[in-house]
Amino acid sequence: MGASAQETEAPTGPAVTLSTRGVTKVYRSGEVEVHALRGVDVELYESELVVLLGHSGSGKSTLLNILGGLDRPSEGQVFLYDEELTALGESALTRYRRDHVGFVFQFYNLIPSLTARENVALVTEIAPAPLDPAEALALVELEDRLDHFPAQLSGGEQQRVAIARAIAKQPNVLLCDEPTGALDSATGILVLEAIQRVNRELGTTTALITHNVAIADMADRVVTFSDGQISEVRRNAETRAPAELHW
Amino acid sequence: MNALDRKLLRDLWRLRGQVMAVAFIVASGVAVLVMSLTSHEALQDTADAYYERYRFAEVFGTAKRAPEPLVRRIAALPGVQSAESRISEFAIVDVEGFAEPVMANVVSIPEHGQPELNRLALRSGRWISATRSDEVIVNEPFLEDHGLALGDELSVIMRGHKRSLTIVGSALSPEFVYAIGPGALMPDDLRYGIFWVGRKTLEAAYDLDGAFNTVALSLLRGTPPEGVIARLDELLERNGGTGAYARADQISNWFLTNELDQLERMSGILPTVFLVVAAFLTNAVLARLIAIERGEIGVLKAFGYSNLAIGWHYAKMAMAMAGLGVLIGWGLGYWLGYYNTSVYADLYRFPFLLFRPSAEPFLVAGVVSLGASLLGALGAVRGAVALPPAEAMRPPAPPSFHKSAGVLAGLTSQLDQPTRMIVRQIGRWPLRSALTVTGVGMSIAVSIMAIQWIDSIDRLVEVYYHQAQRQDAVVALADPEDEAAVRAFTTLPGVLAAEPARVLPVTFRAGQLRHRGSLEGVEPDARLSLVYDAGGRIVQVPPEGLVLSTMLARKLGVAPGDSVLVEVREGRRPVRTLPVAEVFETYIGMAAYIDRAALNRLMLEPRRVDLVSLLIDSAEERALYAELKEIPKVSAVMLRRAAVDTFYETLGETLMIFVSLFIVFACTLSVGVVYNAARIALSERGRELATLRVLGFSRWEIAYFLLGEAALLVLVALPAGCLFGAGLAWIVVAAFESELFRIPYVIEPSTYGIAVLICLVSALVSGLLVRRRLDRLDLIAVLKTRE
Repeated sequence: MGASAQETEAPTGPAVTLSTRGVTKVYRSGEVEVHALRGVDVELYESELVVLLGHSGSGKSTLLNILGGLDRPSEGQVFLYDEELTALGESALTRYRRDHVGFVFQFYNLIPSLTARENVALVTEIAPAPLDPAEALALVELEDRLDHFPAQLSGGEQQRVAIARAIAKQPNVLLCDEPTGALDSATGILVLEAIQRVNRELGTTTALITHNVAIADMADRVVTFSDGQISEVRRNAETRAPAELHW
Repeated sequence: MNALDRKLLRDLWRLRGQVMAVAFIVASGVAVLVMSLTSHEALQDTADAYYERYRFAEVFGTAKRAPEPLVRRIAALPGVQSAESRISEFAIVDVEGFAEPVMANVVSIPEHGQPELNRLALRSGRWISATRSDEVIVNEPFLEDHGLALGDELSVIMRGHKRSLTIVGSALSPEFVYAIGPGALMPDDLRYGIFWVGRKTLEAAYDLDGAFNTVALSLLRGTPPEGVIARLDELLERNGGTGAYARADQISNWFLTNELDQLERMSGILPTVFLVVAAFLTNAVLARLIAIERGEIGVLKAFGYSNLAIGWHYAKMAMAMAGLGVLIGWGLGYWLGYYNTSVYADLYRFPFLLFRPSAEPFLVAGVVSLGASLLGALGAVRGAVALPPAEAMRPPAPPSFHKSAGVLAGLTSQLDQPTRMIVRQIGRWPLRSALTVTGVGMSIAVSIMAIQWIDSIDRLVEVYYHQAQRQDAVVALADPEDEAAVRAFTTLPGVLAAEPARVLPVTFRAGQLRHRGSLEGVEPDARLSLVYDAGGRIVQVPPEGLVLSTMLARKLGVAPGDSVLVEVREGRRPVRTLPVAEVFETYIGMAAYIDRAALNRLMLEPRRVDLVSLLIDSAEERALYAELKEIPKVSAVMLRRAAVDTFYETLGETLMIFVSLFIVFACTLSVGVVYNAARIALSERGRELATLRVLGFSRWEIAYFLLGEAALLVLVALPAGCLFGAGLAWIVVAAFESELFRIPYVIEPSTYGIAVLICLVSALVSGLLVRRRLDRLDLIAVLKTRE
């Protein structure tokens, strides 16, 4: 399965935002070689919400890192629209992350010395066409927590600030790595709702990594990883609202 | 080796950059301490051994002319072990090929061999022959500096009679360790020599047949010199005695003692600065390590390691860092101590040098440094010990920040986010920020303190040699002469003006306080040799009363309007109470002045002169020098230009070496502090910085996040450091104050500038060192792991 299955299922309608061709990643640790990715072809379409599903070590995070310009494949190519990211140098990759990618981390990674609004402003100050920080925070329903420092926010609130920070620059693609991994399910659902709202309202192409199968139901498409390869690509006939999810 | 110790070694290796930064700062402090202590010890040991082996006298008496049999009575005084008479005079020497007049202190020695006291260390050649009257042993530096050889002849003018003497040997003497000419501050071996000549030759030359003019005494063990001096003065009074004095007041020994005192004081001040900073750095490094290792500490405790074992583990870490510094400091300090001692040995001439440092300086430096580091580590280690295991294994709560209030809020609202982060980081850890500022400030202070010496020496020379002395030469006469002698000088070639003065050996008394010194009678309208206040004021000497230097006034505890008892130790030895008319500030010596007419009245003598200041036309100076060498009544000639040159030559090279050394130490300090501050910030905020990289900030931008904080602290440290520097320089200047001289407290603006520049450059270097680490941030790990 994998590459061929994906190609046959690919719809021709919406434009492709991000795509990879034959991406392989080999880590060398001393004398041991670890094949994290083995020839992955994947396409992310404009405005869709894709869930990348898989056990730990399946290669989904490696792919996300490569899509986000944090890591380079050992072989293969990555494209943003028609531009080949794998051909870019270090500073162009920084530029790419700055202008086109929004990241949401498992542990929020907020700057403790800045308030919610300032954490968002940190990114909008360097972005070409950003939202107003307050507006971005309103999208994640934190309009009344603008001036709170991370230490004064709950985990779910912190993660929503992180989402606001990620989308405030109006990125082409939003990459979320286990965004609910550190949260209880009720809080996790609030965070997923925020991600879904952003995806719907701003039309941001969104890739969400999780090992939580239940979350896959909110996706347009589900890509399952195992052993460094795509084992299955499935399109959800209907997407469920996060509130309907249980885990 | 147990597992914890293995962990310790690996931690030390992993943190090697920071460990070295701490170690080098400790090493700087240890090195200065060991240097001061070992050179102090070496000089003291050398002097003690020299004095003992060559039987340096303990009391010295002077007279105009005392009959030889008096020596037996002196030797019989209670407490006196032995007494030896001598003749000691000043003479003018004509050295071939050296235009300027050279002065010599001509001292008699027995023809048959070594004197009983003040023996000579013969360095080359032989003793004078008992059968010849034209042989001389000269002091070794004089021989060397003039490039003279044994067998060379010297023309010596003694009491106006020129004699040719053949050099048969060179020697050193415990009496002339610091061979300094009258009125000079530094030994000038080209223009001042010590000549040892047979007693009979000098008796004939100075008309002292069967008589002597100085006597040297050794005392029975445990005899205080004061009683002997009083009795000796009584015996010599009728023979024109000018007052006996103890070894402590002997000029060469007095300079040496002063130097030893200064070394001792220095060993207290500077190492403290370094050790305090080292202690705080140890604390910072350890506190950070313990914060990172919270989890491990919790696990260790859960496994049953005691608090003591864990505390001891981290205490060992502190001691390892300091211990490394101590080792480096010992080596460096030993080398510097040896170097410093040999620098002294150029100035203070010994026939041998005992640089055999005892264990004590090293032990003291080691214990003090380890103690300081342990003290610094105490807080951090206590933190590790106090962590309950369960809490230790949980990640620490995120640090809480607060918005600034009031004026600061207005200010921070104007900032961009990165700068705001920097300001809040500083505000979040104010103590740590303050310590960084202090550490960097201290580095600036050390630079200022070092460079300030150059400013001070320049000012000292400017005031003492240029402002106060407008003459080119001072001629000392063998005996007081009539004023007419001054007019004779004006007729000499090249003399543009001549000004008389009269100097008397006196003892000042005010209540219980006393000072043995001299009183100079000057012309009230003097234009060449001025009474000059260091503040920049020419002091008019009033017709009556004394003008005292502030140092002397302080020693006597008197102020203008008070009276001082003046006991003249010459001629009729009058004793008068004179009012203090004025005091003035001077950097050198403890001068006292009076109107010359008043001084002549005090002495019940007609207007007499024994010093003549000359203003010279430089075009004719050679002709003048040639004439001066031939004038019988001239006993000494002091040239101002030569004095300035010697001053700079002697001090210049040594000073530059020590200034450079302290600048290196200052750089160690600022590099160490800035590097450690940035490394600790990097370790604490690596995750934050990696996040920012992921968010699209470039390397230079995140370098600003990290180093901006250090840069801001350095900026704050600049003015603080200038203030510290002013304070440290003041402390050092005060510690160096002696009866001989005060170092003017002067810091030129350029000194602040240079010190600030040195600090900025070294901060920049350490910033760049840390900046390289930013390139190696693991952007991926940060997404997953939680600190």
